[in-house]
Amino acid sequence: MGTQAAGGASSLAVAEEARSAIEAARREGRELTETEQAIAGVEASTAEEAEARMIVLAGADPGPGDRRRMLINLGPNHPSTHGVLRLIVELDGEVVRDLHPVTGYLHTGIEKQCENKTYWQSVTLVTRMDYLSTFFNIHAYSMAVERLAGIDVPPRAEYLRIILSELNRITSHLVWLGTSGLELGAMTVFFYCIREREKALDLFEMISGERMNHRFFWPGGCAEDMPEGFEAAVRRFIDRMPERIDEYEGMLTSNPIWIERNRGVGVMSAEDLINLGVTGPVLRAAGVDLDRRKLSPYSGYEHFDFQVPLGAAGDSYDRYLVRIAEMRESVRIIGQALDGLPEGPVITQDRKYALPPRGELATSMESLIHHFKLVTEGYKVPAGEAYATVESPRGELGCYVVADGGPKPMRVHMRDPSFVNLQATRPMAKDRYLADLIAIIGSLDGVMGGVDR
Amino acid sequence: MSEARDLVETAVPGSVVGEHDELGQAVLEVDRTRLIEVMRFLQGPPLAYVMLCSLTCADFYDTLDEHPERFRMAYHLLSLESGSELRVRVWAGAEDPELESVVPIWSTANFMEREVFDLFGVRFRNHPDLCRIMMPLDWEGHPLRRDYPIGGEPVQFSDAI
Repeated sequence: MGTQAAGGASSLAVAEEARSAIEAARREGRELTETEQAIAGVEASTAEEAEARMIVLAGADPGPGDRRRMLINLGPNHPSTHGVLRLIVELDGEVVRDLHPVTGYLHTGIEKQCENKTYWQSVTLVTRMDYLSTFFNIHAYSMAVERLAGIDVPPRAEYLRIILSELNRITSHLVWLGTSGLELGAMTVFFYCIREREKALDLFEMISGERMNHRFFWPGGCAEDMPEGFEAAVRRFIDRMPERIDEYEGMLTSNPIWIERNRGVGVMSAEDLINLGVTGPVLRAAGVDLDRRKLSPYSGYEHFDFQVPLGAAGDSYDRYLVRIAEMRESVRIIGQALDGLPEGPVITQDRKYALPPRGELATSMESLIHHFKLVTEGYKVPAGEAYATVESPRGELGCYVVADGGPKPMRVHMRDPSFVNLQATRPMAKDRYLADLIAIIGSLDGVMGGVDR
Repeated sequence: MSEARDLVETAVPGSVVGEHDELGQAVLEVDRTRLIEVMRFLQGPPLAYVMLCSLTCADFYDTLDEHPERFRMAYHLLSLESGSELRVRVWAGAEDPELESVVPIWSTANFMEREVFDLFGVRFRNHPDLCRIMMPLDWEGHPLRRDYPIGGEPVQFSDAI
């Protein structure tokens, strides 16, 4: 597509969308916004139309001999955009002069659907937002509901949540490391990362029955206790993991190409990052010590001894180092959680909120009633609102739930770090080479399922 | 009365409408005409809520007959110095809801306000790029409004082969 003429009126749905949006803006008598202009320019169907839009974008008619900016689509289907991110890039030769992110290709209206499901049904939906850190999504949502309903989570459940969250952090970072390596031409590291990720997904399958999109955390605790052999399997995994991380580091940390592609790329000052709301490894690589596990400890993180890795330069290379160090810390946390795992129930004993054990249904009338009420109607949550945050692999993941006193939430909003961090692409990539843009997208580690929800 | 409320009241007199403790989380309810002043004060010293964590809206359509306003915005602020958090709530009205944009204070609000505009139809004055972000540009209606029905909309691209 781009500024090339498609010849005649295009019947592509996206071009029509852009066209009717422009017409609507004209009817309303308002100017097109930046993003609308960019979309209109890139969706132009004739050469003259594209030319006219370019002039609008560049601000002036280019004289003869002036270099003309080119407007191209990067994505939505592009192997290095981590899903379906679409960037409309204004190129001056090979230099990115401006870019406009266009999102929404994975928008499935999960927040809307949550309003039409009971609190316990919504768990299934929120896991599918950021599909690489599913445990974190449910964790934030469950914590918000627990706060609203005043549910106490037993200590064993808290520890299980920490074990699974940290395993999830490792798998998420592994996907990031593998795909980022792939984008920058490091083929081998991808296979190494996916090999360990498979082992971790096997562990998830063992405990929850699902490899991805688990609905294992419930408001009140965890769905089940860990099965026999799980602890030994996790220990085997974390025993092996440090030397595996050494292997990745052996391939990348002092690799001249890796350093050349990442050092000094995507640098932004800490103040700018904070103003842009960027959190997680990207912010920590710039030296800001902001980690929700330390700042407002949840789920018992205050009982664990771990470091928050920080960077100094705030470039793409530092983000790599921070994420590698975070994986090592996660391994330590999992080890501590297994050592100190308390005995006891894994879900609250309050039968108004948690399903009774299966065995009781045959013998206890009360359990049967509870079970029936919970499954058909769901539990009612007192009116109010709560905001709960967890530290996901990408930064602060917050869940804001407004309850109106009924069995369904009135509003569920996820503050997804991928969505917020995506805004940093533009200032980071301006006046850099197109090749650096790929490294920047990779180092921000956005997951489009989380962006679009 | 909390310290934060005191400070805000002194700096921007008559701006605070109410103060609540929602399950241990501090909430400040602000008059919408004074929103930008209050936010500018909160972001600077002494309170230094330098980070806008989250910005979202809720539609109180079901209780419209008890309460005349419909859209309630919630801004979650975080201070990195003290680690304290604050939720600022403001009602945006019912018909043609409009608020001042906080993008000049926190640039992170750009996407968040676009999201609220797209899904709730709340407009933000002085927003640099207020257009849809989740839905297609030519979408009609605002899906997260409570009177917007779920299901029933035509499935897109089903005619494209």
